[in-house]
Amino acid sequence: MAKELWKGNEAIAEASVRAGCEAYFGYPITPQTELLEYMSRRMPELGRAFVQAESELAAINMVYGAACTGARAMTSSSSPGISLMQEGLSYIAGSEVPAVLVDVMRVGPGLGNIQPSQGDYNQLVKFGGHGDFKAICLAPSTIQEAIDLTVLAFDLAEKYRTLAYLVTDGALGQMMEPAELPPMRPLAKQRPGWALTGADRRPKNIITSIYLDPEQMEQLNLRLQAKLNVIRQNEVRWKEFMTEDAELLLIAYGTMGRVCYTAMKQARAEGIKVGLLRPITLWPFPDARIAELADQVHGILTVEMSAGQMVEDVKLAVEGRCPVQFYGRMGGIVPLPDEVMKVIHEMNDELITTGPREEMAVA
Amino acid sequence: MSTQMVREEVVFKRPAPLSETVTHYCPGCTHGIIHRLVAEVLDELGVAGNTIGVAPVGCSVFAYNYFNVDFAEAAHGRATAMATGIKRAQPDKIVFTYQGDGDLAAIGTGETVHVAARGENITVVFVNNAIYGMTGGQMAPTTLPGMVSTSSQNGRDVELQGYPLRMSEMLATLTGSAYVVRRSVHDIANIRKTKKALTTAFKVQMQGLGFSMIEILSTCPTNWGLPAADALKFIEQKMVPYYPLGDYKIMDAVKSLVVH
Repeated sequence: MAKELWKGNEAIAEASVRAGCEAYFGYPITPQTELLEYMSRRMPELGRAFVQAESELAAINMVYGAACTGARAMTSSSSPGISLMQEGLSYIAGSEVPAVLVDVMRVGPGLGNIQPSQGDYNQLVKFGGHGDFKAICLAPSTIQEAIDLTVLAFDLAEKYRTLAYLVTDGALGQMMEPAELPPMRPLAKQRPGWALTGADRRPKNIITSIYLDPEQMEQLNLRLQAKLNVIRQNEVRWKEFMTEDAELLLIAYGTMGRVCYTAMKQARAEGIKVGLLRPITLWPFPDARIAELADQVHGILTVEMSAGQMVEDVKLAVEGRCPVQFYGRMGGIVPLPDEVMKVIHEMNDELITTGPREEMAVA
Repeated sequence: MSTQMVREEVVFKRPAPLSETVTHYCPGCTHGIIHRLVAEVLDELGVAGNTIGVAPVGCSVFAYNYFNVDFAEAAHGRATAMATGIKRAQPDKIVFTYQGDGDLAAIGTGETVHVAARGENITVVFVNNAIYGMTGGQMAPTTLPGMVSTSSQNGRDVELQGYPLRMSEMLATLTGSAYVVRRSVHDIANIRKTKKALTTAFKVQMQGLGFSMIEILSTCPTNWGLPAADALKFIEQKMVPYYPLGDYKIMDAVKSLVVH
């Protein structure tokens, strides 16, 4: 298929359709409303389910219902709406039905504003719903990546009977880039055996997340944790650039990944050995690779559109192997390469002054 | 002496959609009656194998243990949103919710109004006993003025706590509502009428005519602090005057389906 110019929100919508989304339930909220509007036209065109729900609360519970029948179901929202959905997401997690959520992040806390932000990292990656759980979090940096990761989200959600989130921001949602969509996938003909399809000639299926007996409930939780461990083993994704000889490492995702890529190139042109690691899965986080690189580089700089949320996961992965710095802006201000360069210069100057840290003596 | 084979003719038995499980409900609770009526209706209409139920949060949270039907457990108040998702994904299935007064008329009010507004082709079984049973007897949106509860310990004070909601009357005003009626299960005659209403409601869904709800006045002897027989009288003497029994909405297309 040829490349076409696509707006982020609409590209994600069409990618969902091509990935076999059978049911979309959503609510208008800037800056993702175009996704809902696109689906309102496209889903009925294909005879698939679309409802503009009365709230995000209703929308996520409609997704939950549709998912219980084994249908590929999704919703999209932005930060305040995602907060509303956390209860429903917890129920979906505990019931082990697959579902896809798209968050086009905007500024918070509170009503905030409609500018881009990465302030939902904690509520998405740490699982903002009550209870012990983690959703697969996929963070695209370009519209092409958004398309590809949308398809992956549906596949992973179904494969593991879990939640998969597409983590984007208002900039990605609104921008336009050339991108290629995959061909239309035929819808699945069979519903999975666990699905609610009517107990005709088979024992009934019950989909629930309540088990009053503590031992039973612990078993469910152990099973969920085991599933999450399998996902950790198999589904980590990231991209790295110029890391082979890097002395300073940038870690950033989404829109900040693009900005840091430019900063990295600028730094390299000035002779500063900067590399970039761009996580694609925010959960499972590429901690093993970051730990390896932390042994090699002399400093890490995390750049986010927030007060610093991913930086905590970076610090956990680094475990003190090297200094970790943070740079970020809030309120919807998007850091530009020049600002990142300023911090790189500071870190580099410090490095020149104090020298690289001592290698640990090996006994 | 010769023995004769006598053919037994079964004239009454547990309907197949009702599980052979002892329920956890209190003595005198009318959930048992209503569960049975729903099971009988699904059986007689021959749709049990094609039905998906949605259980609420409330005393009937484990309703799925008592029906031999596919079931989902909803978050509190969200059963009708869940039912919408189920029905839109599988329009050929019969989908019903079974909800108490807190689930449907407090936390779920938004979802309740909009499922009717959309004319969603589902059936809502609304068990109204004017109190919160599962959590130990707090005031419900349908608790009567002056009625004592653990959170209205001097009786519901309408100045501070407002007046109870009449959900059937409210939902009947919506164009999407095809069949909205209020019944009761406090005596045999009313139990019979409730069953007929349930049959009509599921027929409305089978014909794809829109949203159906049967509000059923029910007991909670435990939290009303009344013996079981007195609880039934409470419905008749105190609840029916505030929540009159009757047909609040019957769409024209539904009139021919009504079971009399």
